[in-house]
Amino acid sequence: MWLDPSNPQLNKNGELHHLLSLEGLPADVLRQILDTAVSFVGVTQREVKKVPLLRGKAVFNLFFEPSTRTRTTFEIAAKRLSADVINLAINISSQSKGETVLDTVANLAAMQADMFIVRHAASGAPHLIARHVAPDIHIINAGDGRHAHPTQGLLDMYTIRHYKGDFSKLRVAIVGDVLHSRVARSQIHALTTLGCPEIRVIGPKTLMPTLVNKLGVQVYPDMHQGLKDVDVVMMLRLQNERMNGALLPSAQEFYKYYGLTDDKLALARPDAIVLHPGPMNRGVEIDSSVADGKQSVILPQVTFGIAIRMAVMSILAGN
Amino acid sequence: MKIHIKNGRLIDPRNGIDAARDVFIAAGKIVAIGTAPANFGANRVIDATNCIVCPGLVDLAVRLREPGFEYLATLESEMKAAIAGGVTSLACPPDTDPPLDEPGLVEMLKFRAKNLNQAHVYPIGALTTGLKGERLTEMAELRDAGCVAFSQAEAPFADNLVLLHALEYAATFDFPVWLRAQDPALARNGVAHDGEIATRLGLPAIPVAAEVIALSTILTLARETGARIHIARLSSAEGVAMVREAKARGLPVTCDIGIHHAHLSEMDIGYFDPNCHLMPPLRSQRDREALRAGLADGTIDALCSDHTPIDEDVKQLPFSEAEAGATGVELLLPLTLKWAAESGAGLSTALDRITASPAAILGIDGGHLAPGAAADICIFDPECRWRVEPAALLSQGKNTPYSGFEVSGRTTHTLVAGTLVYEKNNK
Amino acid sequence: MPANPLPDAELLLASLTDQMRPSIGPNTGLVGIHTGGVWLAERLHQALGIELPLGTLDVSFYRDDFNKKGLRRNVKSSDIPFDIDGCNVVIVDDVLYTGRTIRAAMNELFDYGRPASIRLAALVDRGGRELPVSAEFIGAAVTVKPGENIELARNAQGKLTLQLNRD
Repeated sequence: MWLDPSNPQLNKNGELHHLLSLEGLPADVLRQILDTAVSFVGVTQREVKKVPLLRGKAVFNLFFEPSTRTRTTFEIAAKRLSADVINLAINISSQSKGETVLDTVANLAAMQADMFIVRHAASGAPHLIARHVAPDIHIINAGDGRHAHPTQGLLDMYTIRHYKGDFSKLRVAIVGDVLHSRVARSQIHALTTLGCPEIRVIGPKTLMPTLVNKLGVQVYPDMHQGLKDVDVVMMLRLQNERMNGALLPSAQEFYKYYGLTDDKLALARPDAIVLHPGPMNRGVEIDSSVADGKQSVILPQVTFGIAIRMAVMSILAGN
Repeated sequence: MKIHIKNGRLIDPRNGIDAARDVFIAAGKIVAIGTAPANFGANRVIDATNCIVCPGLVDLAVRLREPGFEYLATLESEMKAAIAGGVTSLACPPDTDPPLDEPGLVEMLKFRAKNLNQAHVYPIGALTTGLKGERLTEMAELRDAGCVAFSQAEAPFADNLVLLHALEYAATFDFPVWLRAQDPALARNGVAHDGEIATRLGLPAIPVAAEVIALSTILTLARETGARIHIARLSSAEGVAMVREAKARGLPVTCDIGIHHAHLSEMDIGYFDPNCHLMPPLRSQRDREALRAGLADGTIDALCSDHTPIDEDVKQLPFSEAEAGATGVELLLPLTLKWAAESGAGLSTALDRITASPAAILGIDGGHLAPGAAADICIFDPECRWRVEPAALLSQGKNTPYSGFEVSGRTTHTLVAGTLVYEKNNK
Repeated sequence: MPANPLPDAELLLASLTDQMRPSIGPNTGLVGIHTGGVWLAERLHQALGIELPLGTLDVSFYRDDFNKKGLRRNVKSSDIPFDIDGCNVVIVDDVLYTGRTIRAAMNELFDYGRPASIRLAALVDRGGRELPVSAEFIGAAVTVKPGENIELARNAQGKLTLQLNRD
């Protein structure tokens, strides 16, 4: 019932002001980010990998949930834009000593932050922060709970577009723990917006969200059926906790029925590509031979990830 | 003090009155309706032109936050909020700190409330000590101290055997037991309705099954023990259907819903608005429609505010971390009127759900205005449109999903036991 | 100072080609600035028989008006497929005006390496310099009124024309 019915990510000119979620972003905004990233890929291939776009700007990595990988990619991206980067790993226990998320942000904003990159274990944290910061500060969601991981979704789209071109003819399969996956949700929103006609989610019922079909996907409990003739296979990471939460009996059974092996990959198109947001659990959701095989584009995803984050930061900083 | 309320439209749902009738009060009671008694020299005349005169509202759940949560709100502020909302009788849940499981605490609460001379306060006692769900409280002693019913508030039972014994014991004395139908395991860590919105927003969810299964347990044990049960805060279509069926089979069960659940659904969470983080969660639109239908046909006996003042510090947090609940005692009236208007149920039915019916559930002689009744009266202007500004609310809780919204219906005067305790624009 | 019609772009290009010919060597690197400069550079590259492959620059990441105007919508890629170190670079742009685009282009080029020299070829010099930048090779000097803009256009057959637009 918040009074602001418009998309909190867009300013009054319809330009991107925060990147909180891929849901609700128009296709041309997504395409602008992908197109801009192409140029940044070029930059990452040069000797001098920096451009001066964000010189003098302060980017704060506000990680309430630890993550070396994602934080490092954002840091590299920001530094390549010549920004000043401050990393803050907020210890959750010090949070419970009294300083709320909003207090933390307010204190940092007073230190002339231009941009906050926020990762938090609770869905909606970046939205809350975005509602309370000064109008000239930009927020990028680096992953909130199960809700969204927009830069990951974007780099996955970039990767797909790079290898496959046109979304409008693709069959895409997302495999694994969709229930807990912010990556999967972002991927689904991006694919539907960019016109992908067939999105399949593959996994056991315990790992599928209620009414997931309402997001515009088809559910396949059987991986053999689900992978048939797909062009893109996107694997999700399986957390160990799922076994403890009575959602799965064992990693072994999961691997047998939902792990991506060469045999199962062979059901997809011969030129199908395999993506994984990382870090991989080899032998659980994906076989090493697939991860390191010729259809895997997992390593290029990482390079594209830096370019995408540079694109997002540049576009936001300039709006 | 003799008071004459003139020119108002009197709506007394229990006695079936909806007509232009004056009201005459003396010595704390209603002495006449319609025609003045002989030689009635009023000390005060209240002009209720264009206003409705109805029984003072009876709110089945208002958290006063005393004892223990005084940093959140105090008796003073919340009682003021209540009478500003036209509420003249309220029940407060036992989830204070410490919980209301000792007669001394109950007496203190009643004493403090009585001294304020505002609404009547009816404490609901804890069913188990510390609300831990393990050992029974001294229900009879608590009843003597002033408790009108017993409840676990939001806390679960250790197991169904304890629940069974609690009901048996309460049934011994014919004490009503108020229960929230929510299976703790199925609801564990959940913060939103298990449906499309929770899936989109990635919020841990509570399935309808949590309510249905718990309700089934409660209704079965109620039948076994003969205990008088009141289901507090229903939330689902299936829940309503189960209560309807139980009533049809003659089970002495009543139920209520929070006023927000009559209007809002999971869709209102929008972009993670923590003001819409409520317990039970706001469910689907289909569930909301069933709740509204249940209110209209009487399956749901009462509407309450479930008033829960919460500090900004613990409310303006990411949705799942925010404390659940909304402030609402000042909005019970306008939101009930909103339901009346939208549903076509009519003012008399709507007002019944916040006057006569909850009074019957509480077991008090209130919620009606026949001669001889206590002069607990609410006078309100149904056409008055006002904007809900959290800062202007009298409650210390500013956490409302209706922040910034316009509502219709504002209390102009509230009388408790014949004393004018609230008059708008007269702090 | 031509008052009304703009000069013929194809004629200016021919003039530019003639001016540049004596300076071209095996170590000359031609770099066009998107988009008009690239069109010109492509033609010059062919006409002058330049050995090193054509370089292109999109200076969007080096502009000084980023804070005011943000990132342009269609950023293109920069591509310098030869070694800048020790190279004699000629930057090609369609309209030379304030000099800020050239400043950005030079900054960008220096992030690719250290050229031996940089010279500038512009089809049109409309004056109004705000920085100490000058072109060695110029097609023509043109004056425009305030609020007007000169742009290079290319039709489907590849023919270049100059157009006058309002801002």
